[in-house]
Amino acid sequence: MHDALMIGGQEVTSRLFLGTGKFASNDMIPELVNVSGAQVVTVAIRRVDPDYPEENVANYIPGNCILMPNTSGARNAREAVRIAKLGRAAGCGDWVKIEVIADNRYLLPDNYETIKATEELAADGFVVLPYISPDLMVARKLEEVGAAAVMPLGAPIGSNRGLKTKELIKILIEECSLPVIVDAGIGRPSQAAEAMEIGAAAVLVNTAIATAKDPVAMARAFGQAVEAGRNAFLANPGEVFEYARASSPLTGFLRNE
Amino acid sequence: MSFYEEYKKFSDNDFSAFFNELEDQDIRRIIGKSRLTELDYLALLSPRAEKYLEEMAQKAHHLTLQHFGRTILLYTPLYLANYCVNSCVYCGFQVHNKLDRKKLSLTEVEAEAQIIAGTGLKHILILTGESRKHSSVSYIKDCTEVLKKYFTSIGIEVYPLTEQEYADLIQAGVDSLTMFQEAYNEQVYLDMHPAGPKRDYQFRLNAPERACKAGMRSVNLGALLGLHDWRTEAFFTGLHVNYLQNNYPDVEVSISPPRMRPHLGGFNPPVDVSDKNLVQYILAFRLFMPRGGITISTRENPQLREHLIKLGATKMSAGSCTAVGGRTDAAKSTGQFDISDERDVATMTRVIYSHGYQPVFKDWQTI
Repeated sequence: MHDALMIGGQEVTSRLFLGTGKFASNDMIPELVNVSGAQVVTVAIRRVDPDYPEENVANYIPGNCILMPNTSGARNAREAVRIAKLGRAAGCGDWVKIEVIADNRYLLPDNYETIKATEELAADGFVVLPYISPDLMVARKLEEVGAAAVMPLGAPIGSNRGLKTKELIKILIEECSLPVIVDAGIGRPSQAAEAMEIGAAAVLVNTAIATAKDPVAMARAFGQAVEAGRNAFLANPGEVFEYARASSPLTGFLRNE
Repeated sequence: MSFYEEYKKFSDNDFSAFFNELEDQDIRRIIGKSRLTELDYLALLSPRAEKYLEEMAQKAHHLTLQHFGRTILLYTPLYLANYCVNSCVYCGFQVHNKLDRKKLSLTEVEAEAQIIAGTGLKHILILTGESRKHSSVSYIKDCTEVLKKYFTSIGIEVYPLTEQEYADLIQAGVDSLTMFQEAYNEQVYLDMHPAGPKRDYQFRLNAPERACKAGMRSVNLGALLGLHDWRTEAFFTGLHVNYLQNNYPDVEVSISPPRMRPHLGGFNPPVDVSDKNLVQYILAFRLFMPRGGITISTRENPQLREHLIKLGATKMSAGSCTAVGGRTDAAKSTGQFDISDERDVATMTRVIYSHGYQPVFKDWQTI
């Protein structure tokens, strides 16, 4: 069976999305992409510098990848829209991950401003993937205004704490027709696999790979975990029981009279 | 409510008594916490905490990696003018010092900008001496218009402005503010600033908040270390940054911990701040505000700057020059102070990479 992930009319071959903001060198990006199998790579438009190719992060993304610029630094919808348009003008394409953050202590997204930015950019032809706090009503509204996917956080950005919002993410997966991509907080391959097992369409990882002692080995491990988690989801795991199912039943002595 | 009220809450505290009551277990407990109170931060600045610097360093390193990754933002200062109307006893630009006073024409600003832009940097910090007459807001605005062609982020380090003036400069393209209170201790501040508009302690103290109200994206604060007891000055700097973050959560906040450097005039700082003291300040601040930026200028020597990369630094200047027009005409002007790390941008780039970190030239774009 062909297991395709379609976003904005485009088929995505890998369900591991890679963030690029925290690496020791942009030179590492091609290798990380290669070993992890990631196809979608996000870059902060604030770091894209068309005037200086050597330091321009966008120049390190392999040609077969889908570039997903993000609006990191935007504090409201107006700034997110402006940054997205600057990215498109700089040649970053039509995909955009909306990040609207007005809280520098926890970096939690502003869902209300995110909906406003999504509506405007989707109407302008962008393929919009909004980063949100997991909330069903917000996800439904985003679907209504034209988002191509929703990206709920698993835990605060950079925390490596895993799927702390799992119950809310499960509701989004069950109730939304948009792909649900778990973004932020995933710190271990096992957590990425868990997100995939519960039916996430994809996961986005940056800090967990960037802060590992061996980022290349960790990127490979994430690629494998995401694939394993997806396969497990497709295999329809067996039921979970609270008590043991004994092979010698306790009521086996009863006979039909 | 302004930060002055926050300052007054703590200014009469007996800091020595607080430090004397601390026990080792208090310091260990605080290092283990995920969210520090203001008094926790003060405890980490104490003499008692000195023997826990390694534990603090391990945690500071971890927190910095988590929040900023292996990156160091590079920027450089550009001095537009050295005219000054104040009598600050510690500063080479002060009004009574005999030096060639100079203010760049817009053509000269452009010439300096072209040289700096050639190094690849996109973040610039423009400075003036404190003279409204010679370096008016409209002059700073005109310079910003020129610099916008070359840089994606323009910071100002100038005399304190009104909220409307900050709003006007933001409109023109300025996105960050650096403001040194110099001394948070009010009496020391008055002693250090005997004459001139800078003597108005509260107008300066509340300037960063006026900038936040005007919509400034990023503010960077600092006390000039050496003018007064560094532990309390570091405490009030952190308190100030924390106050701004609490009240303006969308502003990116950071500190600079500058130490006194040799300069024209030969002022001897009353307090010696050692490398160990500076490191303790940086580590305590990182544990107090894990997402706060920490700027390390070329006032510090090359070896120390390199060590600070792994201890919490997030921003560094490079290719610095504190003389007006110094990049095009280095021989003709006196700098504000002597810099200690004279390495150019290309060298700093190599050095940062050699430590396993990425130098970031562009991290914002005026929108």
